[in-house]
Amino acid sequence: MNQALLDKIEKEQYRKDEASFNVGDSVRVHTRVVEGEKERIQIFAGVVIGRRGHGLNESFTVRRISYGEGVERVFPIHSPRVDKIEVERKGEVRRAKLTYLRKRIGKGATLVKEKGEKVVEAAK
Amino acid sequence: MPVGIIAKKLGHTRVYDANGVITPVTVVLAGPNRVLQVKTAESKDGYSAVQLGFGDQKPQRLTKPKLGHLKKHGVEVKDKSTDAISGVQRIREFRNFSKEVKTGDLLGPDVFAVGDYVDCIGVTKGRGFEGVVKRHAFRGGDSTHGAKGWHRRSGAIGQRLFPGTVMRGMKMPGHMGQVRRTVQNLEVVQVRAEDNILLIKGSIPGPEGDYVIIRESKKRPKGWKKPTASAGKKDKKK
Repeated sequence: MNQALLDKIEKEQYRKDEASFNVGDSVRVHTRVVEGEKERIQIFAGVVIGRRGHGLNESFTVRRISYGEGVERVFPIHSPRVDKIEVERKGEVRRAKLTYLRKRIGKGATLVKEKGEKVVEAAK
Repeated sequence: MPVGIIAKKLGHTRVYDANGVITPVTVVLAGPNRVLQVKTAESKDGYSAVQLGFGDQKPQRLTKPKLGHLKKHGVEVKDKSTDAISGVQRIREFRNFSKEVKTGDLLGPDVFAVGDYVDCIGVTKGRGFEGVVKRHAFRGGDSTHGAKGWHRRSGAIGQRLFPGTVMRGMKMPGHMGQVRRTVQNLEVVQVRAEDNILLIKGSIPGPEGDYVIIRESKKRPKGWKKPTASAGKKDKKK
């Protein structure tokens, strides 16, 4: 019963729009940024290179190349500051953590193979 | 002691506020507490107190004096499904209870409000016989640089021929934990009256499932001002 009560408290705080994305997807993360009195939305776009934790504590890491420099940001999935998570394209990966992207340079560093790409080629 | 309640520690979690700030909280089952007896300074008790009971118990598991005490004050309330008497597993008195109650009343977490400061009293987890490094946070010795067999010791414990004895209260290995401890000035983060649950910022002594006492704090944190009913709520929302 105790665990059920704890789960209830945590579940109430889950984000309302279910963020369905996987490792390897290219996403646009809309975050609320408070500057003084004003609040605006900032977008961080990149490849999801990992998800960790579970339940309320789950977070994910997004990597992008910004002005030639690799930048990684970690977002808690259920934080109210994360306004929206848009999936731009699905990636096909064979790893749970894409740390190998850190060593890559150029186009290979920013994009993972799109999901279903192979199937399309085979059809041709 | 103004207001207090007997509660049960359920576990820990975290809570986001509207700004996305995470607060670590302890979840506590705070009620229902049954008022078993009200003592007043005018009666033969000679002091003002309220006796509260928490948790259900079957009558055959209660001692006869306890059962008689309940009967005398007419608070024997049975749960129909289990035949257990409610509100008697833990009994405790709270002196000078500031809330007006009468025998048989049920108290829940709503005796506290969000933003209140409370003291939490519990029995810490027993650690058994522990050395000085864990028990008193001594540094111990080096693990390398030629150290051998002198890693977790306390060092010298006295002087020379004078005083010729070990001073009283010297910190040494021994039994650790399983003592009553009070944590002062913890903030009430949420009050969920429907589930009898209180969320209290920070941690409370004792293992999960253990009984704790939550009372209005005796001291206040620095810079604390008594919140006016409306102003306090507005601040929270921001």
